[in-house]
Amino acid sequence: MVAASADEGTNSLMEGPDEHGRFGRFGGRFVPETLVPACAELEDAFRSAWADDGFRAEFHSLLTDYAGRPSPLTDCVNLSTELGFRILLKREDLNHTGSHKINNVLGQTLLAKRMGKSRIVAETGAGQHGVATATAAAYFGQECVVYMGEVDIARQALNVYRMQLLGAEVRPARSGSRTLKDAVNEAMREWVASVESSYYCLGSVMGPHPYPWMVREFHRTIGREAFDQSTALLDGGLPDVVVACIGGGSNAVGIFSGFVDTDVELVGVEPAGGAAVARGVPGVVHGSMSFLMQDEFGQVQEAQSVSAGLDYPGVGPEHAFLADVGRARYEAVTDSEVLDAFELLSRTEGIIPALEPAHGLAWMIRARDELAGKTVLLNLSGRGDKDVAQVQAIRQGDPAALDTVDFSRTNGDAV
Amino acid sequence: MTVGTLETALRAKRDEGRKLLVPYVTAGFPVDEWPRLIEGLGAAGADAIEIGLPFSDPVMDGPTIQEASTRALGAGITPVAALEQVAKVDVGVPLVAMTYYNICFKMGHRRFANALLDSGICAAILPDLPLEEVGPWAKAADHVGVETVLLAAPTAPDERLPAIVERARGFVYGVGLVGTTGERSELASTAVEMARRLKAVTDKPVIIGVGVSSPEQAVELVDVADGVVVGSAIIRRLLDGGGIDDAIAFVADLRAALDRAAH
Repeated sequence: MVAASADEGTNSLMEGPDEHGRFGRFGGRFVPETLVPACAELEDAFRSAWADDGFRAEFHSLLTDYAGRPSPLTDCVNLSTELGFRILLKREDLNHTGSHKINNVLGQTLLAKRMGKSRIVAETGAGQHGVATATAAAYFGQECVVYMGEVDIARQALNVYRMQLLGAEVRPARSGSRTLKDAVNEAMREWVASVESSYYCLGSVMGPHPYPWMVREFHRTIGREAFDQSTALLDGGLPDVVVACIGGGSNAVGIFSGFVDTDVELVGVEPAGGAAVARGVPGVVHGSMSFLMQDEFGQVQEAQSVSAGLDYPGVGPEHAFLADVGRARYEAVTDSEVLDAFELLSRTEGIIPALEPAHGLAWMIRARDELAGKTVLLNLSGRGDKDVAQVQAIRQGDPAALDTVDFSRTNGDAV
Repeated sequence: MTVGTLETALRAKRDEGRKLLVPYVTAGFPVDEWPRLIEGLGAAGADAIEIGLPFSDPVMDGPTIQEASTRALGAGITPVAALEQVAKVDVGVPLVAMTYYNICFKMGHRRFANALLDSGICAAILPDLPLEEVGPWAKAADHVGVETVLLAAPTAPDERLPAIVERARGFVYGVGLVGTTGERSELASTAVEMARRLKAVTDKPVIIGVGVSSPEQAVELVDVADGVVVGSAIIRRLLDGGGIDDAIAFVADLRAALDRAAH
């Protein structure tokens, strides 16, 4: 197996993929022929950029001077007392634009600039990746088009306005479940049609090779910082468990990469309505082979989650690999557990988390007996401002805020 | 390598001077009438018929074919039910399945290949399974004699095309434009260029699809290409409520135009 990573030769479990873009049996490049040359061009461009000290220095300076890295590590005394184990939070919520997503988009838009592409296409679920992409595109003076499911546009209106304010055009994805899956479909179709002029800024560790690898490399900084901060705080020790939420899985891959070659237990937490690893089986959609929620005939099922950012039936191929080899463990939590966790962290620590990382905390609450006496590091991947209105509506009894997907639309008479 | 049913049939017609016409239909749309549509297209002069097995996430398809797929899936079509129906149609030309790879992968390569054969389909087009990923499926398909049609796109550098045409069976499907399926008011300049580039590297039948919408565009293309695939222009007529007779009449018009061009 030939390592494609710039960290080649380290024998890390997260060093791959191989030259075919495979993480074990997962990954690959399952795209229309039209996109194959673009994927190859992107792979070459990334490989060359990532080996270039000048590119790395520019990326690093963007992360520090523009995005505000390193993000802090917070030792949560109140919550630890409440739950009976020590809780550390990696504060990705404090990055510019409010989530870890900025790492990846700064890397990709810088790469787009290097490739001479001035038009950026992206998909978004909750709007975090869309806002981050619109931000970076504004910074670099690039044109930006973001596809977002119609359902998500309704439940994340604030982020839609943010993107528009930043100069991006937000286009509704009206097919299928009208959430993240369909936004990816539309973005891929747009990419098929504009591949010669546009750069597709994919928002997670999914899609065709080289995206899962490239996006992981741009997020490695989370794991690297968290490792150093943990050892500094714990007198050279490490946390016992590292927890992260999983939609496509980019924040999880970022923090896992810092600990994968240690004895630390890695836990990815999915929404029960989008548990690709926990309940999916191997399949191919959106460019790669991974675990996928699908019916007996291979039709991709629609995920259903209170969190727009995790409302996705698939998962990045490297997570499928980590699950396959037993290195990481994947758990699923319900919307109701997530809402409780969202409120608990707000109340005990004065930190309003995004609904996405609240999934990680929800599992920690459920597993409190198992975790008793341990030190647990949660990647707090984003802040909850975007979710406050939705949670308020749910708590006031508005059922539409919990599940805004109207499934009648998908049964034959959709637009 | 033995030449398969589809390629044999297409070569024979081409060598007689005929321009090839491959219409596309979506299995399950219009509900109940689609098997009769296939028979009608055969009678209207199709040289082969492409039958789409609907998939939930068709990224190579534009709004028209997406809509037909959504309606067919909404009405409960499954790949298994579609193939059972296809087995019953009586049409004298080769049938080609078009679907996305997960449908095939989920069923299993050997089972899918055999299921196609059992339904009377002799070839498959899997648009999200490019050359680099086609190996395991193609091996299973070759083993039972299902021909795997490969797509070639305008974005491919010249050095990529020989490998694609070498691996292609049945015919080489040239993508006429940089984009998804759908009608266009003008034939893209890439369409004729694609045909020219492919004809320069293969003597397998070269058929161009995606963005071929009218008899005039088809005629313009077959000046260089061996034939055309027409999909969205047929499906749009059905979505507009014209009924299958309207779609069949349109294909008969295409046939007549291509026959005039051949003489």
